[in-house]
Amino acid sequence: MSSSTLRPDRTTLADTRRRSLLRRCVPLIALPPLMTLLGGCNLVVMQPAGFIAEQQRNLVLASTGLMLLIIVPVIACTLFFAWHFRATNEDAVYDPEWHHSTQLEVLIWTAPLLIIIALGALTWIGTHTLDPFRPLTRLDAKRELPANVEPLQVEAIAMDWKWLFLYPQYGIATVNELAIPVDRPVTFKITATDVMNTFYVPTLAGMIYAMPGMETKLHAVVNKAVDSEGRSAHYSGAGFSNMFFKFRGVADKDFDAWVAKTKAEGSDLNQDAYLKLSEPTESEPARYYKSYAEGLYGKIVGLCTRPGQMCMSEMMAIDARGGQSGPEGEENYKRLQYDNHFAREGHEAPGATGPASGTGPHGQTQPEGMKPRPDMGNPDSRAPEPDKAKPETGSGSPDGGQIAPKQISQ
Amino acid sequence: MFDNVNLQQLIFGRFTLDQIPYHEPILIGTFAGVAVVGLAVLATITYFRFWGPLWRDWVTSIDHKKIGIMYCIFALIMLLRGFADALMMRAQQSIAFGDQQGFLPPHHYDQIFTAHGMIMIFFVAMPFVTGLMNFAVPLQIGARDVAFPFLNNFSFWMTVSGGMLVMVSLFIGEFSRATWLAYPPLSGAAMSPGVGVDYYIWALQIAGVGTTLSGINLIATIVKMRAPGLTMMKLPIFVWSSLCTNILIVAAFPILTAVLVLLSLDRYLGFHFFTNDLGGNSMLYFNLIWIWGHPEVYILILPAFGVFSEITSTFCGKRLFGYTSMVYALVVITILAYLVWLHHFFTMGSGADVNSFFGITTMIISIPTGAKIFNWMFTMYRGRIRFEVPMMWVVAFIVTFVIGGMTGVLLAVPPADFVLHNSLFLIAHFHNVIIGGVLFGMFAGVTFWFPKAFGFKLDEFWGKMSLGFWVTGFYVAFMPLYVLGLMGVTRRMQHFDDPSLQPWFMVAAFGAVLIACGIGSQIMMFVVSIRRREELRDLTGDPWGGRTLEWSTSSPPPDYNFAFTPVVHDSDAWWDMKARGFSRPTGGYQPIHMPKNTATGAILAALSFICGFAMVWYIWWLAALSFVALIVTAIVHTFNYDREYYIPAETVSREEAKRMRELELA
Amino acid sequence: MMHTDTAPPGTAAPVFYVTDEEGHHSEGSTMLGFWLYLMSDCLIFATLFATYGVLGRNYAAGPSQKDLFDLTGIAVNTAMLLFSSITYGFAMLEMDKDNQRRTQLWLAVTGLFGVAFVALEIREFVHLFHEGAPPWRSAFLSSFYTLVSTHGLHVSFGILWLVTLMIQVQKYGLVAANKRRLMCLSMFWHFLDLIWIGVFTVVYLIGVLE
Repeated sequence: MSSSTLRPDRTTLADTRRRSLLRRCVPLIALPPLMTLLGGCNLVVMQPAGFIAEQQRNLVLASTGLMLLIIVPVIACTLFFAWHFRATNEDAVYDPEWHHSTQLEVLIWTAPLLIIIALGALTWIGTHTLDPFRPLTRLDAKRELPANVEPLQVEAIAMDWKWLFLYPQYGIATVNELAIPVDRPVTFKITATDVMNTFYVPTLAGMIYAMPGMETKLHAVVNKAVDSEGRSAHYSGAGFSNMFFKFRGVADKDFDAWVAKTKAEGSDLNQDAYLKLSEPTESEPARYYKSYAEGLYGKIVGLCTRPGQMCMSEMMAIDARGGQSGPEGEENYKRLQYDNHFAREGHEAPGATGPASGTGPHGQTQPEGMKPRPDMGNPDSRAPEPDKAKPETGSGSPDGGQIAPKQISQ
Repeated sequence: MFDNVNLQQLIFGRFTLDQIPYHEPILIGTFAGVAVVGLAVLATITYFRFWGPLWRDWVTSIDHKKIGIMYCIFALIMLLRGFADALMMRAQQSIAFGDQQGFLPPHHYDQIFTAHGMIMIFFVAMPFVTGLMNFAVPLQIGARDVAFPFLNNFSFWMTVSGGMLVMVSLFIGEFSRATWLAYPPLSGAAMSPGVGVDYYIWALQIAGVGTTLSGINLIATIVKMRAPGLTMMKLPIFVWSSLCTNILIVAAFPILTAVLVLLSLDRYLGFHFFTNDLGGNSMLYFNLIWIWGHPEVYILILPAFGVFSEITSTFCGKRLFGYTSMVYALVVITILAYLVWLHHFFTMGSGADVNSFFGITTMIISIPTGAKIFNWMFTMYRGRIRFEVPMMWVVAFIVTFVIGGMTGVLLAVPPADFVLHNSLFLIAHFHNVIIGGVLFGMFAGVTFWFPKAFGFKLDEFWGKMSLGFWVTGFYVAFMPLYVLGLMGVTRRMQHFDDPSLQPWFMVAAFGAVLIACGIGSQIMMFVVSIRRREELRDLTGDPWGGRTLEWSTSSPPPDYNFAFTPVVHDSDAWWDMKARGFSRPTGGYQPIHMPKNTATGAILAALSFICGFAMVWYIWWLAALSFVALIVTAIVHTFNYDREYYIPAETVSREEAKRMRELELA
Repeated sequence: MMHTDTAPPGTAAPVFYVTDEEGHHSEGSTMLGFWLYLMSDCLIFATLFATYGVLGRNYAAGPSQKDLFDLTGIAVNTAMLLFSSITYGFAMLEMDKDNQRRTQLWLAVTGLFGVAFVALEIREFVHLFHEGAPPWRSAFLSSFYTLVSTHGLHVSFGILWLVTLMIQVQKYGLVAANKRRLMCLSMFWHFLDLIWIGVFTVVYLIGVLE
């Protein structure tokens, strides 16, 4: 079951539908065995493919172990006391005035204290060694970082509702697919275009926020070839559920081949293509770009991808000099409005309906960028194309919302 | 034509008939259901000619007991709403796999999880907690009412107003989709231009006024109105926990008020506190909202701790073990509650020093909490435990809560949080502590104090049924979420692609059904108990062998609570009185000074509701009008100097004689 | 009131209740309650100060404190509020002497100073708007306007309250209830004064002089 988090292709989906009745009954009957069979499930967090995630897993296990030292006796004693001192048990000692014991008081404060001291030490060390901003010093538990290795740079950008990855060392870009070579450290620079998200690849490393106008970093390494997925874990609007990307750890030569293929077959992510891409969409298929506009990442972090806008960095430099009064200051104002571009241009903001485009505040119409969902009781999406209103047929429309990115890309 | 439109906008703001969701079958069904039930209730009230008493004895009442009861009823009603949301989410997540989109499209599903979180915290847990404190605290400290009885009534109706605003959003417009804490920039005007977030903001602002005032009220009550002899270190633990909770409320809710004001300025007037552009900083919102939000967690759990302490010592027939360390633990938790907020967003990328500081302070909170668990455990030790329903809740609580506590401390380790944050593991954790701690505590408290409030016990069979269903339902519903969290499944998902997850969600949905049975049993419990009230009647006023002052008076207590103010000599005052041969006074009654009922609170709250609604829909004239009316009503109220009256000695004497007869019968 | 904490030795049953009706504690409770309210209000201001602290340098390439603030005008404004606090103090002294007419007089003077303060503040805002510095210009201006106008709104409500109280004193005299209310308003008024000193220092002085 190691690949169970991967999206199945169409045929298996059809199969699973056929088996759905069976599947629905299984958990009810087989609940206890299921619980014991946890090991058979794909507990991604417990079975990482990268050194960082592995250490995080170890920390989870160590902390849990430490706490069980006190949790298990507490539960056992509670249940035992509750049973032993029940009113019907005449043999049990009854001492209605017994309410203080210095030894016990010392014990009940020091026992948790000792556990917390141990856990606190673990936390302090773990937090510092696993700080996402800290460059790696080891490849894995056994191997030091080779001296001459150059970390792979990846710039990850959370958009509405897809992920854009720029590979500055290779000049390529991808959407919703992230491939990194095995055993080569990766430095992610992470940002977002308009709302907060988190960048989370469970097999690789823990999550960190992707925030508009800001940059976070993550250092990680993948230690074995792996095919899994990453996603945003921080709710970011209507298309959030389908905001995942394919994550692949590949061998060096496969990575080179992948880069070469992208260069050969991809298109160009120039300014216009980027602006088109930045419009809200969901379930975006993987896309490949052989090149991208120069300074694109800087513009995205600076929230100045649209022509004529002032970048955050420029604004902050002016602010550091004490601002700008007079007409120049007023001129800057016009170049600094990012958020409101949705409203100004008559677009819908992500996942919302609003006055800009004249639609009402109630979501009877689909938010922009959302694939039609025929079953939402929505006259707008239901009426025009009745033949689309059959979600069960599955294979119908070529641009149906339910097609997963993988099928299109590979 | 255009004039027409403008006129319409002038009168109705952005409200148009299209905002009524005719097209959502779920909402139309709900509306029909609510309408039918509502009409039935109205008809019943009319049939039994209950309007007069309802208005005189309840709506305008400033009696802390009645207000406390109304808070609990409000919480139970809102629990039904919040739980309906939970059922829909569980149903959606158990079917929306692969090609199946489920029955809730994202824009509807997202409203549901937002409403669920917000309602459960602000309109279920908070009113429950406030209700129990309102009911029990004055009785436990031997007072006749709270310090500011009118404010108490006003606070309650403000809370109801806020809740009603959320309910109205079901049928007029829509609710917020920006999650229960409305993080910007998503909740800002650019990303959420509809009415949803505005409903959220105004509902919280209105209810928040009520909560803050009730916090001030109860602190003043506990500090100033204790019976003679009731020194701080003799206070019942529930009163201590209430004091700590209300200190937290007064010190935390203003921050929520302020931060929501900032968010509304962003939304309404285009300010730039949390926007991406023009220097706004959305991380500031995260910090501010959690500086309120983390103390809020303790605001909810501390009263539950208090309830458990009272119940444990009562049903073990034994003094609470380690009273002093209990009090210190409460105070330490209260202080530490302000030093941990950042653990809600370790993943934002603060440095390792900051993260580990907040991680370790969070863990330190588990020390006093652990000490409290041990104290309850050793209270059971050498006790003689009567397993009535409240005590069963306590045992269920301890076992469940320590598991939730453990996962909580785990999440306080920043690198562990990096892999578990925003996952279903986190969801399982906080439901583990909020259901296993707060809700179990509130249910235990309701079962415990119900006979005091109404004069008869709750039916035991249905009580046990609800306990059984709730406890098993909780485990079946949330243990799978722990597993799913470890499988890397994140929260707030409307649809999944991986069908191998489905069995776990089906189990969780089944758990939700079990909890539904638990809620059903609770409704049955109330119905059956009311029908069997004569059999379940308690004439003694002390059905459990109580230890604190509330059990010394009759059930239900008279308006004035105590004919004579009690004098306290021991921390378990009533236990001490019984042990030392207390004999009830039989004469010498005097007139008792009491506050008068007033309708001002309900009127002010209704005006606030109108004002909030008008603000949501940009109906400026109505907002201005109702705001002015609000001010005028408040000022007119201050011109009433005649707010108190005396209960004549004969009335007291008659009441007390009746009580004596009951005691002889018992 | 009988007040026995411990039973005297030898007596079987100690006293378990007081037999006479004790007067209401509403005086003390009101003062404590109002003080608690002020503390909660103080936290609102603390949040706004913190917000200003975080955003106060985010000019968004627009005007800064130095470009906008006129310390002389602010000094006059501050003087108005400080005077009003002093005159309120005189009103309270007269209230203690039960001199209703003079109390009313000083209250009126206080109110006039308050009105002057609010008027000057509005004038300043109008001036800022003309300078091209409305609150939506930058995060700095948003936090500045919010902090200052929240204080201004408090003063305005204080004036409304003051007028209400003057009518009540006129109508019912300096009865206990009115004295209590005047005490509360007094706390409120001085509290606003304190907050203003914070605003004046943090926003204006540090902003311009730094």
